[in-house]
Amino acid sequence: MGTYGDAGLGLLGDPSRRAIFELLARRPSSVGELAAQLPISRPAVSQHLRALKDGGLVVDTAEGTRRVYRLNPDGVAALRAYLDRVWDDALTAFQKATLNENTEDATDE
Amino acid sequence: MNSIQRTVTVQVPVDRAFRVFTERFDTWWPPAYHIGTVDMAEAILEPKEGGRWYERGVDGSECEWGVVLAWDPPGRLVVTWQINGEWQFDPDPAHASEIEVRFTADGPQQTVVELEHRYLERLDHFQELLGAIGGEGGWLKILAQFRDASEQDATQTA
Repeated sequence: MGTYGDAGLGLLGDPSRRAIFELLARRPSSVGELAAQLPISRPAVSQHLRALKDGGLVVDTAEGTRRVYRLNPDGVAALRAYLDRVWDDALTAFQKATLNENTEDATDE
Repeated sequence: MNSIQRTVTVQVPVDRAFRVFTERFDTWWPPAYHIGTVDMAEAILEPKEGGRWYERGVDGSECEWGVVLAWDPPGRLVVTWQINGEWQFDPDPAHASEIEVRFTADGPQQTVVELEHRYLERLDHFQELLGAIGGEGGWLKILAQFRDASEQDATQTA
């Protein structure tokens, strides 16, 4: 796996950053627009955006007086980073579920 | 390149591993990963070929994720994941990525589960949307030109 994917994995492990990533997937937005939809402060949103930008998942452009953020146009890389995270979490949860299943069966028997 | 692969081992027989993955999908799928605009109440994988794979929101609305392409219990499951750049279901099969899950018995009480999420490049609406900064494919084109130019530059310098 390339460094890009590794960076993405770590970056999207944070729930706020993942929420920002998902909001930007729906629509390019400014810091204020993101903060309005999230239970975190504007400075916190800015900080997460900086991390996502440094990790190469997000880019920003100036539009008049506002700065608009969107997902990196190298779509597959950003999507990959996201899905890497999804499957890591999902399969870990699946493994745990099979353990529960074993316990349940043991008590049934 | 455009696929994601994962392998996990679980301490249950193969038929049970398949059952937990499919019938009990809702009990283990992380609720944070959903597509709908409202919080997810339930994630459903219909247990048959051609079945739906979708979420039900807390307001009762339903949002498709894909369809079941292959249903071969207890060894194999293939579903599509077809989401566009607006994070919505894209019904065009040409834009569908695929997830294949294979369950292989490794002794009576252990199963190896191999997952492959492939054809990510088919999600080209996603790419287009992400690339639509200056119109269709704008940035991708600019970046490609930039890359070509810098490579040329490097060759000339060398």
